[in-house]
Amino acid sequence: MTAALEAIGITRRYDQGGLTVEALRGVTLTIGSGDHAAIVGPSGSGKSTLMHILGGLDRPSSGTLRIGGRDVAALKPDELADVRNRTIGFVFQSFHLLARTTALDNVAMPLVYRGLRGAERRRRAREVLELVGLGHRTGHRPSQLSGGEQQRVAIARALVTEPAVLLADEPTGNLDSVRGGEILDLLDDLNRERGVALVIVTHDAEVAGRARRQIHVKDGLVTEAETVA
Amino acid sequence: MRIAEAFRVAVGALRANTLRSALTMLGVVIGVAAVVILVAIGTGAKVTVERQVQGLGSNLILVVPGQLQFGSAPSASRLRLTDVDEVGRIVGDRNRVAASVASGENVRAGTKQEYATIQGVTETTLAVFSRHLSAGSYLSRSDVDTRRRVAVLGATTAQKLFGARNPVGLQVSIAGVRFRVIGVMSVRGSALGVDQDLDVHIPITTAQRLFATERIDALAVRAPDAAAIGDLGNRIKTDLQDRYSGQEFSAVTQEQILGVLGSILGLLTLVLAAIAGISLLVGGVGVSNIMLVSVRERTREIGLRKAVGARQRDIGIQFLIEAVLLTTVGGCLGIAIGVGVSMAVDALTPLPAIVTWWSGALAFGVSVAVGIIFGVVPARRAGRLDPVVALRTE
Ligand SMILES: Nc1ncnc2c1ncn2[C@@H]1O[C@H](COP(=O)(O)OP(=O)(O)OP(=O)(O)O)[C@@H](O)[C@H]1O
Ligand SMILES: [Mg+2]
Repeated sequence: MTAALEAIGITRRYDQGGLTVEALRGVTLTIGSGDHAAIVGPSGSGKSTLMHILGGLDRPSSGTLRIGGRDVAALKPDELADVRNRTIGFVFQSFHLLARTTALDNVAMPLVYRGLRGAERRRRAREVLELVGLGHRTGHRPSQLSGGEQQRVAIARALVTEPAVLLADEPTGNLDSVRGGEILDLLDDLNRERGVALVIVTHDAEVAGRARRQIHVKDGLVTEAETVA
Repeated sequence: MRIAEAFRVAVGALRANTLRSALTMLGVVIGVAAVVILVAIGTGAKVTVERQVQGLGSNLILVVPGQLQFGSAPSASRLRLTDVDEVGRIVGDRNRVAASVASGENVRAGTKQEYATIQGVTETTLAVFSRHLSAGSYLSRSDVDTRRRVAVLGATTAQKLFGARNPVGLQVSIAGVRFRVIGVMSVRGSALGVDQDLDVHIPITTAQRLFATERIDALAVRAPDAAAIGDLGNRIKTDLQDRYSGQEFSAVTQEQILGVLGSILGLLTLVLAAIAGISLLVGGVGVSNIMLVSVRERTREIGLRKAVGARQRDIGIQFLIEAVLLTTVGGCLGIAIGVGVSMAVDALTPLPAIVTWWSGALAFGVSVAVGIIFGVVPARRAGRLDPVVALRTE
């Protein structure tokens, strides 16, 4: 397996008026392409921080992160934005959809920053919405969609750029268990059929159990277990 | 393509807050409209005054005693009627020289009485000031030489005293002395705020006796052509100063009056524009303020856009376009309102207002610039937001 993401000795410190919080204290891990990993750990252990760094949204205080083999330390902010656009898909716990915008335009939005024309953007967005089972909801605004549908739109938005890695921070945290299960099935399918590497942040043991690898975060350090199934 | 998208997003954001956008725009609308209106009024005043000065007649040199300066009191005149001949000699044609002595007096005809400016003048006045008659004839050389009691009425005075009747051959009394009306002058309008149609012209000799004076107030010379004005003016001035030692004389031309008045009124227009510009600036501050609010409100949107690959510049441009859109739409509305109000002022009030293309262009340019200048700070703030922090914001 080639490495999609490679973290070596990563730390992340937050300085708050003389007080230093060390959210990550030397994390080394690799996410291979087509991988399926869960990041688990108690609240405040540094899961979200790790995910932001893995996705190139945040930069480590020290250590090396390679996305698709490229060291992010060498990238300018705009270059890093481009790397995010091309290789990473983010799914957030609170969806983060644009309220005044239709499902279709929400999904098409990342393609704006790839410089695609409007017609092409909408064609691809429609395709992905169909893939997540929302082909009949393209014109709806987020407020006209159920929570589960909103999360599917968010997943479609993460997929529209055909990323190598999908990073999901508590993707089922705001959903009931049935809807949550559907979302996880969808993610599993994507991983299996499209070969998208999945990294799911969760503190739900059941959610974590579906992944091939469990990465435990505790006090800013990681330990790893392989699911035997 | 990204610009087009940024434009679309900006329009959407402005329309989502229609009332707020409209109120923010209002500041710019008022500022731009004020610039256009005040410049129109300033320009109107300038053009009107210039027209009045030109109304005096072209190639005219006015010779008055004293130093012609704004703020200095006119000095007592030592000019005498004999100077007309002397100046006529310098000019080379006595018919090009007119002299006058003026005083305000009551004029009576029958039961009607009017206050009028009695101008004692030489018979050359009609030609020198290029005035015209609507009835009768003008003063003659012999009227002046023999001190006849004849009068030529200004159009307004004639109308007020005699109504529709033709006054030629009728009597008027000026300061209690009887005069025979021999002519009526055509409508002339006002020059420098003085209504020339209120004038009554009588022979200068008759006037000097009536006012019990030897003086004449001013000499007017009509130069043969524009090129001769400067030289002629100087020669007349030095000649008079030689003969009346210790007395200063001024020879002012229409161009000089125009120049002085023009620069004063031009300055006034600029001051008005600057005052209006301040309100435009205040409008710009309002835009900046609202843009900062908008950035704060949409922090999560900014974080999200950055997470999916927007660069600093993409975000910055989006907000900059929003600000510029606010001010340019406001600017266009302001120009429309400004032009409308200026035209209404011109039509409905005695104030002349002339809309100039440059005031509209300037106001529009300034409002675009205001959008850029006052949009840059919020746009930069938006572009530099840390996506992680932005996404955590609730
Ligand atoms: N911007 C910040 N400034 C200061 N401290 C921060 C900041 N972001 C996170 N932290 C701290 O870093 C630590 C890890 O936070 P993080 O959000 O990664 O935890 P988490 O594992 O995702 O928790 P949860 O399960 O509650 O989401 C916490 O102690 C948090 O207080
Ligand atoms: Mg978290």
